[in-house]
Amino acid sequence: MILEIKEKIVEKILLLIAFSSISILALIAIFIFGEGLPLIWKLGPKAFILGGRWVPSQGSFGILPMIVGSFWVTLGALLLGIPLGLACAVFLNEWTPPLAATFLRPAIQLLAAIPSVIYGFWGLVVLVPLVRNYLGGPGLSILSGSLILGFMILPTIISISEDSLRALPPTYKAGGLALGATHWQTIWRVLVPAARSGIVASIILGMGRAIGETMAMIMILGNAVKMPTSFLDSARTLTTNIGIEMGYASGDHRQALFATGIVLFFIIMILNSLAIFLSRRRTG
Amino acid sequence: MMHFRTRFITQGIAKILIWVAALSTIGVMILILFQILKEGLPVLHLRFFLDSPRSMGREGGIFSTIIGTLALTVVAIIFATPLGVGTAIFLREYTRESRISRLIRFGTDCLAGIPSIIFGLFGFVFFVITLNMGWSILSGGLTLAAMILPTIISTTEEAIKAIPYSFREVSYSLGGTRWQTVTRAVLPNAIPGIFTGIILSVGRSIGETAAVILTAGSSLIIPTSLFSPSRTMAVHFYILAREGISMEMAYGTGATLILLVLAINIVANWFLNRYIRHRA
Repeated sequence: MILEIKEKIVEKILLLIAFSSISILALIAIFIFGEGLPLIWKLGPKAFILGGRWVPSQGSFGILPMIVGSFWVTLGALLLGIPLGLACAVFLNEWTPPLAATFLRPAIQLLAAIPSVIYGFWGLVVLVPLVRNYLGGPGLSILSGSLILGFMILPTIISISEDSLRALPPTYKAGGLALGATHWQTIWRVLVPAARSGIVASIILGMGRAIGETMAMIMILGNAVKMPTSFLDSARTLTTNIGIEMGYASGDHRQALFATGIVLFFIIMILNSLAIFLSRRRTG
Repeated sequence: MMHFRTRFITQGIAKILIWVAALSTIGVMILILFQILKEGLPVLHLRFFLDSPRSMGREGGIFSTIIGTLALTVVAIIFATPLGVGTAIFLREYTRESRISRLIRFGTDCLAGIPSIIFGLFGFVFFVITLNMGWSILSGGLTLAAMILPTIISTTEEAIKAIPYSFREVSYSLGGTRWQTVTRAVLPNAIPGIFTGIILSVGRSIGETAAVILTAGSSLIIPTSLFSPSRTMAVHFYILAREGISMEMAYGTGATLILLVLAINIVANWFLNRYIRHRA
């Protein structure tokens, strides 16, 4: 009898605990929206999102340059990260000369584990001078940021694409080869298309990581608030806008940074939901 | 026959490109490690670890930031582990696929994808301001706990999943209740997996900067209580490099971070190989 009551209590407590992650998510949404929405309301969503001027001291808060900055940096990162990541996933799954794989796997793990400030620092001392000397411009640029971000999102793209390639039934590969296709034809025309929902999910998650990266971008992008016109221009993203100014902002200015956070949160939640939907379909 | 040849030429080119991609990934990894360690290792003396930073970090060592990092990480682990392990037990042992479990999984997956700056904003307005904890070890640690929760949940789930069903059958056949089965048959066998999750989370906590700088502050004083503000190694590294205070000290702190991350990964891998993959 006592045992039964104890069982019931334990079950209820576990249920309560299991809701912790979703409650944290809800709290994040409530508090960030609560802090930022009043300002969006005051300015009007259109003026905030499509406004091109960000001068906190004069009370103008338009985040279009940051949205454009985030977009270019993320696009650049994907241009590097997708081909590189897919190639590595195929390498690990299909052509695995044991010696090479023993080096590639730990390398990818370490890429995932290195703190983003280290990436930012390395970009600042190695990559930025290279870009400045050979391509011109300030060096602190979208190009430098994209290159670093491309490597930062590699682990995400590789691990999830590799999982979905590995989850394919071995008959797919056997069938392709039996039809007389070369190994590469089998990979490119059979295996990759069959694993596409997982691969797309990995790319979307990589995109989420790229949009959300803060510290490395603060150190590499130069942080100028203006519409970037070329890949060699300095830029500011949604995340770096928050990261740089949060330290000293107050009043409307602080609310505007939380409002920037709302836009970021919104984008990330859409990407997350898409990726979750795609990977559910894969397993289901 | 011509067609036959072009197919193999295409394959050859593809193979070369894939090798180039794999090697350049390894190459960049090595370049980053090499650069930081080459400049940083000469700075690492015992004095560097045992002296507190002086004149903004231009001189002295990094002692107070080591204490800060340690304190924040411990707080994060203490709060996140019971929540994470409890969630994993609930998902694996107390429910089948249902609307509730799907909702919980959705929450966990989303939490894993939230950028750290958002956690920083949340921690700032919730812990620092609303709960009036100020910039402190507690605010920073709790924010980190929210960030590492998904890692602990997923590694614990993996560990529980790898335990053969027969273990539970034996427990039930002996008259064990569900909770007894969990505590005596399931959890003891999942401990290596849980431990791996904790190690990986420690790695993430040590390197986190954006969320910590907004919630724990950047004071260089050695923290004396849970409510003291504090600066972690990663934040210290960031401030030294960005404000150009001292490149030498920045490299030293960076090398320390890299060595820690390396050590953590080696231990986690060793654990995983020794206790989990071989049994499953």
